[in-house]
Amino acid sequence: MRRPLPAWVDISIMPLINIAAAFVVSGIIIALIGENPLTALTIMVKGAFVYKGALGYTLYYTTNFIFTGLAVAVAFHAMLFNIGGEGQAMIGGLGIGFVVLGLDPILPPLLIVLLAIPVAAIFGAIWGIIPGWLQARRGSHIVITTIMFNFIASSIMVWLLAGMLMAPGQMSPETRHFAEGVSLAQIHHIANALGWPMARSPLNLSFGIAIIALVAVWVLIWRTRLGYIIRATGHSEKAVIYAGHDPSRIIIITMAISGGLAGLMALNEILGVQERVILNFTAGYGFTGIAVALMGRNHPFGILLASLLFGALYQGGAELDFEFQTITKEMVLMIQGLIILFSGALALMFVPTAERIYGLFSAQDTAASDQSRSGKDSQNG
Amino acid sequence: MAELWLQFVLTIDATLRVATPLILCAMAGIFSERSGIIDISLEGKMLLSAFTAATVAALYGSPWLGLFCAVIVSMIFSLIHGFACITHRGNQVISGLAINILASGLTVTVGIAIFAQGGQTPFLMSEQRFSAISLPFAEAAKNIPIIGTIYAEVISGHNLLVWVALLSVFLTGYVLFRTSFGLRLRAVGEKPEAVDTAGISVTLMRYQAVLIAGLLCGIAGAYLSIAHGASFGRDMTAGKGYIALAAMIFGHWRPIPSLMACLMFGFLDAIAARLQGVEIPFFGPMPTDLILVLPYVLTVILLAGFIGRAVPPKAIGQPYVKER
Repeated sequence: MRRPLPAWVDISIMPLINIAAAFVVSGIIIALIGENPLTALTIMVKGAFVYKGALGYTLYYTTNFIFTGLAVAVAFHAMLFNIGGEGQAMIGGLGIGFVVLGLDPILPPLLIVLLAIPVAAIFGAIWGIIPGWLQARRGSHIVITTIMFNFIASSIMVWLLAGMLMAPGQMSPETRHFAEGVSLAQIHHIANALGWPMARSPLNLSFGIAIIALVAVWVLIWRTRLGYIIRATGHSEKAVIYAGHDPSRIIIITMAISGGLAGLMALNEILGVQERVILNFTAGYGFTGIAVALMGRNHPFGILLASLLFGALYQGGAELDFEFQTITKEMVLMIQGLIILFSGALALMFVPTAERIYGLFSAQDTAASDQSRSGKDSQNG
Repeated sequence: MAELWLQFVLTIDATLRVATPLILCAMAGIFSERSGIIDISLEGKMLLSAFTAATVAALYGSPWLGLFCAVIVSMIFSLIHGFACITHRGNQVISGLAINILASGLTVTVGIAIFAQGGQTPFLMSEQRFSAISLPFAEAAKNIPIIGTIYAEVISGHNLLVWVALLSVFLTGYVLFRTSFGLRLRAVGEKPEAVDTAGISVTLMRYQAVLIAGLLCGIAGAYLSIAHGASFGRDMTAGKGYIALAAMIFGHWRPIPSLMACLMFGFLDAIAARLQGVEIPFFGPMPTDLILVLPYVLTVILLAGFIGRAVPPKAIGQPYVKER
């Protein structure tokens, strides 16, 4: 007998089953190429959490995924599929580049950093607003437009970084180094200064900004009028119009927020680690954001957990490079693809089976309660 | 003048070479999307089949076996896409994206496991590839002005798969618009309820459509690695699947206009390659990056309805639920 799953099963058990399926398939592939999947898993876990500085690296990757995951999730709430996180993050990084390269000879570092943070968000937001506007007012499909905008952003980056922004006397497409002190402090520097010994890692203050963003998105989506309207737009545009709002405006605002969050990802890479603008610093993190949002069920808490998982996957995957001849970090890309497949496209595959199993277990309970109820009825009668 | 003419003819020739995978993928996209299934995964399937073709050709020495296996692998991933979107009514964009990401990880992982060359496959000998087919009298015709150069440079000297790509356009047109299968396929993408009422299985139609798309993507991938190129390199499709998607939209989901769009995008690519490093007076070096981005920009402008309107099939992206 099939029974609809209660909410807690749907939120906690089903995502775990989907991830497990992705890992089982990955394990089979690893076994097929002649390696031991359990050894690989052990190395990944050690590489992500146990080795010196590993946790710092894991959290550094997590930071990227929190931003891009939130970006996808916010758009999802309005039923918009923003695949453009990659491009929005690039343009965010470009914004940081403009501010820092233009102002670091004249302004103090702290002021520039404080200025760069909103500019990253604004530049990302602009790259989200255009597809949003095109969808809302011109009816073009946001999936296709955001894909195209990723390519356009990437071309703009190549053109600028190999052209007018390229550091003089250099051959690689990147800008000059930012001035001394124009960066987000790395956590191990802070910890060491406070007398806490801590291993080197690229983890920096943008992790804190990511946590603030998590809370802010939670407040926005579930505790504000705008968040309510965004969710309502996702459910029924007609209802939103009836309530006196303009869905086009909401779509554009949502895409601005989404793009802004993706743009903030550049803080971690550009201001936290590279301290210059380089090509391809987004490295596919924008796409990983889709997996993160799917797994996290578009809820900030879920996104935090999913970002941690992907942070661990990326850091543990980098460790695989050192330990194996045949396994590289591209393995992580494969696992990521499988996770998107199972927890996104095939999300409903295991539901009927789960409902049957749940029905099996809860059948006796209900039978028992039915009996006691009928017993009561007869007593009353 | 003769030199300029030759340059032009060579650019047209390059256009055809660059456009071939775009044409095959655009036709694949037409089949899939006309049946109502969005196919972002053209890119991933092309990448997987490019890898398969190069691997099989390198291991067994036969380009034909390479092509065959490439097509099979591509069709298997079409089935996965179909299984997710048709059987389990999953989100079609998410499924396509998953396949693309999976493809870019899987090809490198398996490539390293087999060849240990950092995800590359070994270079293929000429007998392991589809080589250029010289048409009769091409050498002799070279000296005839205009027509002769066109015959020798543009028409002759292509490998078999270029011709297959061109043929696929006419076959697509024929199948979609001249057969009852095509009529049903288009109907399934516009109004699946109607097809269902007529007693035809929507599920079966859509599975057939994605399988044909897989077949065409498989040929496109094989072209890249064992006909046009001589090995597989990581992420060698480099966005071609998305350009094909753009060309398909540009061609309003119709074979001949899509072919034209593919040729236009191919021409932009070919011309950008030729103009690399050329100096424009008073301007500096040619901004070839900006030429290469034109397909994406033009597609955005088209989709926004500033130059005509691109209207997708009505039922696209919606899983079909039979009412019980």
